[in-house]
Amino acid sequence: MKISGSEIVLECLKKEGVKHIFGYPGGVVLHLFDHIYKDKDIQLILTRHEQGATHMADAYSRSTGEVGVALVTSGPGATNTVTGLATAAMDSIPMVVFSGQVPTMLIGNDAFQEADIVGITRPCTKYNYLVKDVQELAYTIKEAFHIARSGRPGPVLIDLPRDITAAMTEFVWPAEINLRSYNPTFEGNRWMIEKAAQMIIKAKRPVIIAGGGIISSGASDELRELAELSGVPVTTTLMGIGGFPSTHYLNLGMPGMHGTYYANMAIQSADLLVAVGMRFDDRVTGKVDAFAPNAEIIHIDIDPTSIRKNVDVDVPIVGDCKRVITVLNSVIRGEVSNQWEEIRRAWMRQIDEWKRLRPLSYNYSPDVIKPQYVVEKLYEITAGEAIITTEVGQNQMWAAQFFKYDKPRTFLSSGGLGTMGYGFPAAIGAQVANPDKLVIDIAGDGSIQMNIQELATAVIYKLPVKVAILNNRYLGMVRQWQELFYGERYSHSNLDVVPDFVKVAEAYGAVGLRAEKPSEVEPVIREALKVNRPVFMDFVVDWKEKVYPMVPAGAPIDQMLFDKEAEKDDKKLKLVK
Amino acid sequence: MMKKHTISILVENKFGVLSRVSGLFSGRGYNIESISVGETLDKNISVMTIVTHGDDIIVEQITKQLNKLIDVIKVQDLYETDHVEREMVLIKVSPKIEQKSEVLRLTEIFRGKVVDSSQKTYTIEITGDEKKIDAFLELMKPMGVKEFICSGKIAIAREKK
Repeated sequence: MKISGSEIVLECLKKEGVKHIFGYPGGVVLHLFDHIYKDKDIQLILTRHEQGATHMADAYSRSTGEVGVALVTSGPGATNTVTGLATAAMDSIPMVVFSGQVPTMLIGNDAFQEADIVGITRPCTKYNYLVKDVQELAYTIKEAFHIARSGRPGPVLIDLPRDITAAMTEFVWPAEINLRSYNPTFEGNRWMIEKAAQMIIKAKRPVIIAGGGIISSGASDELRELAELSGVPVTTTLMGIGGFPSTHYLNLGMPGMHGTYYANMAIQSADLLVAVGMRFDDRVTGKVDAFAPNAEIIHIDIDPTSIRKNVDVDVPIVGDCKRVITVLNSVIRGEVSNQWEEIRRAWMRQIDEWKRLRPLSYNYSPDVIKPQYVVEKLYEITAGEAIITTEVGQNQMWAAQFFKYDKPRTFLSSGGLGTMGYGFPAAIGAQVANPDKLVIDIAGDGSIQMNIQELATAVIYKLPVKVAILNNRYLGMVRQWQELFYGERYSHSNLDVVPDFVKVAEAYGAVGLRAEKPSEVEPVIREALKVNRPVFMDFVVDWKEKVYPMVPAGAPIDQMLFDKEAEKDDKKLKLVK
Repeated sequence: MMKKHTISILVENKFGVLSRVSGLFSGRGYNIESISVGETLDKNISVMTIVTHGDDIIVEQITKQLNKLIDVIKVQDLYETDHVEREMVLIKVSPKIEQKSEVLRLTEIFRGKVVDSSQKTYTIEITGDEKKIDAFLELMKPMGVKEFICSGKIAIAREKK
């Protein structure tokens, strides 16, 4: 029996196990939307902007490990997905975006709502397709999902001309995908792994740096075993947060520009770095020539291009983190001696000393709300049982520093691209995928305004996401740089007129709450958690607050700036002195 | 140290592949000195020959990044492989009357061919490696070179004996 291209798309999505699509209709995808209208198995979440749809699909994926799916129309609908695709590409998130296209015979004619989206998205997708023959449609979709989720995952775009969605053909679901030109390496080289194991065993001052690859390959348990087995402390990059429990005694927190003092000091003093599923981003390394000057480096990553791209390594291992660490653990397990604790004792003592000397701290005030205090309270009240999404800037760093994440896929943040406006749609996408979990977006007043229209989506689909707006009336991170490095000339970082977020929430039919004093923070959070509706919590915070520690751009990561005032008043520090 | 590398790439013969490859070079700031593309015996596969330069780390990244492209089947950096390479040039010269015979003589020495002639000009075809072509061009300069066009380089590894 022949069916239309639109029906084939839906059949393929069902075969791939897709239950939700985030989308927005338009002229050339009406045929497909007509079939979605009749379909009982797949729910389309209508967003208010195509960018929102892509971030929702992205976070749907980040919070579950499934492939997120978005569907948009041609032209502006398609170009609006570019930021979402680039965000997912930089963070290796599997996602398939379907974009409508003008009919095949009109392509290239500058037709109404035509955009060369395959050309535009080539550098920000893992792969993309223009389907020109309905007979290739099913195979293309299966291949797209395969490419999106295998190897180093990433977003894939499929451009569907209108005539293809209506064309009729037999539906044949391909038995398997065979791509002679695409064969990711999963198993690490055994000899290299054994060499790595020997280096770990012999190291006196080893550190593991774990990145997003731990989460995408599902290697948290293996990583934990590796750390405990060999007594090696672990620092997790922004993308790796949750891949190793924040509350674990071996966790050093985040390294790099706004990393902890002890993580950065440990890296700079280490004699061995075990880098797993991370890519030595400039925000992690600081001045790259001065990064980990005394360390030999083992680098485990599924993407060969990540290895020796920014940093020279001694033992490169190309492979899937989970499989490589599993083998690594089995080798180390065979070698463990009783002197383990003895060998690491001096190193761990040194790290504890650094932790005591400069813990993450801020200057609490009884008069004005400190943004870090809000994040701490969120952690305390939720007991960490939440999925946290973030926007980008100070809110993101404080969310990374002051909330604790013991499970993977609970911290969703745009790491590589640094997309303001990511967090709120991401929270919605994560809530769709995890209806029973608490989802909180830690936002800034700048970022939240970049996709605030999605509040309508949250309200209509009854998605009770909570948004904690750390409202400082500034683009805080920009302001911080201007204060520290541009002579306090606050060029266009003052947002001046910030809307009344309580009224905005109410206008959309959500709940708006505000806290202006520290004493109001806890009641507002408790109230927000009580209502089963989307809530904006407007925390009017100290606009002068900065993110510390901070490594100035281009400096080595052990040259950190600290909050002098906070240190002066920090009780924990006084105890040391 | 910057060195010149000739990289031979087997790719799926699909539309858009050339732009994926050239986009990779431009997007990552690598340089393409010359590029030539043609079909292989298998109509589904094309071969690209790209001449680029960079230090060892850059060229390692280039080959890895090329390998990462979904449509790339095989990448071979011919730098350390014994190989034959050829490019072809067409040169239009307008020699003075007394230079005409010298032009023809040089063309013969370089095993070139005159492929078009008019009252005032000869168009000469020369194939060879870069050195030979440069040498010929140098000799033609005094002969009044009017136009010059060069193909991209193509290269093939020598069979191991």
